[in-house]
Amino acid sequence: MEAHSSEVFVIGLTVFFLACIIGYYVVWSVTPALHSPLMGVTNAISSVIIVGAILAAGPQGFDTSKIFGLIGVVLASVNIFGGFLVTYRMLSMFKKKTKKTKEKE
Amino acid sequence: MVAILYLISALLFIFALRGLSHPESSRMGNVFGVIGMIIAVFTTLMFKSVLSYYEIGAAILVGGAIGSFIALRIEMTALPQLVAAFHSLVGLAAVFVAAAAFYDPVAFSIGKVGSIKTASLVEMSIGTFIGAITFSGSVLAFGKLQGTISGKPIVFKFQHLINALIFLLIIFLIVLFVINQSPTIFWTIVIVSILLGFLVVIPIGGADMPVVVSMLNSYSGWAACGIGFTLSNNLLIITGALVGASGAILSYIMSKGMNRSIINVVLGGFGGEQDTSASKDNSDKIVKQGNAEDAAYIMKNAESVIIVPGYGMAVAQAQHALREMGDILKKEGIEVRYAIHPVAGRMPGHMNVLLAEANVPYEEVLELDEINHDFPMTEVSFVIGANDVTNPAAKTDESSPIFGMPILDVEKSQSVLFVKRSMATGYSGVDNELFYRDNTTMLFGDAKKMCEDIVKSLSA
Repeated sequence: MEAHSSEVFVIGLTVFFLACIIGYYVVWSVTPALHSPLMGVTNAISSVIIVGAILAAGPQGFDTSKIFGLIGVVLASVNIFGGFLVTYRMLSMFKKKTKKTKEKE
Repeated sequence: MVAILYLISALLFIFALRGLSHPESSRMGNVFGVIGMIIAVFTTLMFKSVLSYYEIGAAILVGGAIGSFIALRIEMTALPQLVAAFHSLVGLAAVFVAAAAFYDPVAFSIGKVGSIKTASLVEMSIGTFIGAITFSGSVLAFGKLQGTISGKPIVFKFQHLINALIFLLIIFLIVLFVINQSPTIFWTIVIVSILLGFLVVIPIGGADMPVVVSMLNSYSGWAACGIGFTLSNNLLIITGALVGASGAILSYIMSKGMNRSIINVVLGGFGGEQDTSASKDNSDKIVKQGNAEDAAYIMKNAESVIIVPGYGMAVAQAQHALREMGDILKKEGIEVRYAIHPVAGRMPGHMNVLLAEANVPYEEVLELDEINHDFPMTEVSFVIGANDVTNPAAKTDESSPIFGMPILDVEKSQSVLFVKRSMATGYSGVDNELFYRDNTTMLFGDAKKMCEDIVKSLSA
């Protein structure tokens, strides 16, 4: 943290652009049939924002920041569990249908 | 150590997306995603400043229980709404995290109250801005998809000018916020951004929703990025960029599927009250109408059938009955395949999920460019709940609003069966000349009921 703040920013920017490029290639390789699960997964992982919420909720005692943090944790958790589970449900439907009758809900 | 664990988590997220290149590897990908998230959460809990485990644990349990409950209960037809609702939560979470950082900058090592670093203030307010837009835009998209709000585009005068002015106002507010760090201005940014989110989605019509949902997906990623910059957290930056890129690419694919630019979709207003003069010319034309028995007879005598599902199939929940029909045809030795248009349904890949839900093997489900050249060799096209995506006017009629849109060439097959509720035009408001052709048979009725009736006739 003691590094020069503009340096920190440039490192962040470097990471950002490289990640965009990786994202570009990885996402184009996703088969169109799985575009809905893709949205489910991206939705779940974007809730990694929970990291920030936990930091805010971390300190002991109660203040505004902590309450905001806890709300953030709840919201992000809804997404994480919901996103991964709904993706799991979708993907388990895309199994090879050899043993057909079994998996109707 | 923390940085390494975050890096592992970020790599796992990349593998999670990578896994989706094939259905067989996708489930493993999802597991990678879950592991990545667990690592991220536990790494953060190990921070020295993080002490209130009970409160955080309780918050995770509450959120997790709600999320799990919804995800396990939701009907696959309602998937687009669900995704929109989830996006709104990411946006809102971003706003709360930014607010928390603003009220307690020490916890995030970005300065002290009243003297937060300028760069952090800029990043924070951008994160807040995108988060708030994502939130309200997604809420409205949810309403439109769920049907609580009319799916019709709402257009008014100077709409784009007003949006542009609000955007300028937000930039001005951000500058002001960076200078005086006032909580009032922070919350003003939040409120004005929420307003802008509503205004941006309001002119966009129901069937353009695949683009909107993808766009909001993208925004939710950029919001996470903004927060990542605020906290100088590479994991958030990487993940946000992945999600942002993903949503942007999906929006691009969807707009291309309608031969429209993203800008054109975003400006909205498509599919409203359009002049449908073309339909008047057709009013005296004759439509050949059939019933389930006719359809069963026609398909029974074919060698290959291509089924073209659309949003109407999803609305009628007809996928199971449709699959049953396909199974019987296959038993008769008829080749059955499904053709999916990129913008069929209300979110990218929606039709594929519904067919998979009905146990249609994914090998039989093909994309537009994979199957389009097979229509001339096909006896029967069975169009169920789709309309515009089969309209030849997109190729021939330059004045048509859908001109240039890639379509499924069902008109090239020997005969076409159209399952429709009525003669109403599709979303674009354009009449479909296919309905009046000699080799077209219209099957009027509810899609599910029709499929069930065809199944009965086939097995009789």
